[in-house]
Amino acid sequence: MSRPDLGIIGAGRVGTALARLAMRSGYRVFLANSRAPESLKLVAEVLTPGATPVTAGEAASRGGLVILALPIRRFRALPVEELAAKVVVDAMNYLPEEDGIFADVEEDSRSSSEIVQGFLTRSRVVKALNHVGYGELEEESLPGIEGRRAFALAGDDPAAKRAIAELISDLGFDSLDAGPLSEGWRFEPGTPAFGGRYTASGLRRALDAATR
Amino acid sequence: MEIGVYSFGDVQRLPGGQLGSTAEAIRNLLEAIQLADQVGLGFFGVGEHHTAQFPASTPATILAAGAATTKRIKLGSSVIVLSTDDPVRVFQQFATVDAISRGRAEIIAGRGSSVESFPLFGYDLADYDKLYAEKLDLLMKLNEGERVTWSGEFRRPLKDALVVPRPHRGRLKIWLATGGNPESSLRAGLLGLPISYGIIGGRASRFTLLANLYRRAYEEAGHDPSGMEISVASPGFLSEDAKSAKDTFFRHWSRAIEAVARERGFPPPERRRFDWESNRDGALFAGSPEEIAERMVALHRAMGHVRHFLQMDVGQLPHREYLRSIELLGTKVLPLVDQELR
Repeated sequence: MSRPDLGIIGAGRVGTALARLAMRSGYRVFLANSRAPESLKLVAEVLTPGATPVTAGEAASRGGLVILALPIRRFRALPVEELAAKVVVDAMNYLPEEDGIFADVEEDSRSSSEIVQGFLTRSRVVKALNHVGYGELEEESLPGIEGRRAFALAGDDPAAKRAIAELISDLGFDSLDAGPLSEGWRFEPGTPAFGGRYTASGLRRALDAATR
Repeated sequence: MEIGVYSFGDVQRLPGGQLGSTAEAIRNLLEAIQLADQVGLGFFGVGEHHTAQFPASTPATILAAGAATTKRIKLGSSVIVLSTDDPVRVFQQFATVDAISRGRAEIIAGRGSSVESFPLFGYDLADYDKLYAEKLDLLMKLNEGERVTWSGEFRRPLKDALVVPRPHRGRLKIWLATGGNPESSLRAGLLGLPISYGIIGGRASRFTLLANLYRRAYEEAGHDPSGMEISVASPGFLSEDAKSAKDTFFRHWSRAIEAVARERGFPPPERRRFDWESNRDGALFAGSPEEIAERMVALHRAMGHVRHFLQMDVGQLPHREYLRSIELLGTKVLPLVDQELR
């Protein structure tokens, strides 16, 4: 089966690690940062050879799947039009102790991915790939093996979730459906699942153990 | 390669279990700086923190005391949280340390991953990036000459202002510190600054890609190649035998990490993971002198760094064991590394 192209918005630690891992798994990657593509050209050439440096709008329109790996503080600058109808992976986290208070998330009782979905109303947002350290992505990837480390995903569109489950499997991890997007809080920072190393069954228990 | 130490000023634990005094931690830190000099180490860094466990809030003050009581060791911040400080003051303080030490002071400037200084000094974390860029720009300008004309967003302009004392050799060495964000490696290269990587977890060698990015950006910007330098800061600890080094360090390092993890919503560290990270290609340099020398040399061959310095005193590590570790770093690790890289 042919793989969709991947757009990644955010070329920091997480975005570049995901880009390398995805290319290793046979994906074509369009990588964008929140700045101009000129500053990105050298980053892509050295850190993610093979990925095409583009604008955020191009990453959104050229990617069959689009991963958001930028600071959540900048989510209102996302290209809403180009992301319409797309399957969008929200890999962002709200970490006020590290990044400061961000009123858009702080003062909203919804989970952060629901807030992002509320902004990208015509996209199909799946929360995933947010609860693993960027360094661990490349270190612990085990393509083609069962019973490996598992990542949770939450979203409201079953087809979108299937696509992301396949992506996660290609990247070398198992996946676990955590339910609708409103259940995404179960693997936000501060929960047992966040940063924890689990196989699918352990991850299920970690998600169930989460409290707000 | 230069070998050194850095510290945030670890507070001791008293026999009754409660935390010791922060004042004692500062005196312990000064003693460590003096010992590091005596055993021939090349660098000591003091990193700005503002917590009950890590009270080294004013690196330049401690370094000034170190400057007056040491002979050869280079003394720097590691790091100074430039975003919440006044670059004019920072420059003056380190130029003063440089005067006292006759040219041994350096500034390692970072954005800081711990953020207590933002509320403490009345800054908004939301301005993090802009504050850092602007203050670094002013700091570099101050290093160029004693009369400074400059303007920015966060303070009133400087017009032909005199900034003294001047550094012993005219200029201070200013490093850009980063924990691995690609943007920072790019920035250091474009600005022509030496870069200091804080590698505190995972596989240390993953930073070789960033080092390549730094070198490429530096070269393409056309800066003087002699200023293109990389240093590596990492947690580590030494005992005569590897097992006791790892056991002791895990006991204290995990306590320090646990506190941060709780605050930021991460799980506490596991021993299994620690053992993986403190072997071979991992980021933690706890072990016997032979093992640590070998691993530093191996990383040097991949990264090409000119300085490797270790943070040993974390999580109430007993002061006596800390001093012993510094001694082993200077008397055992340093000669082994020298011999291998000669």
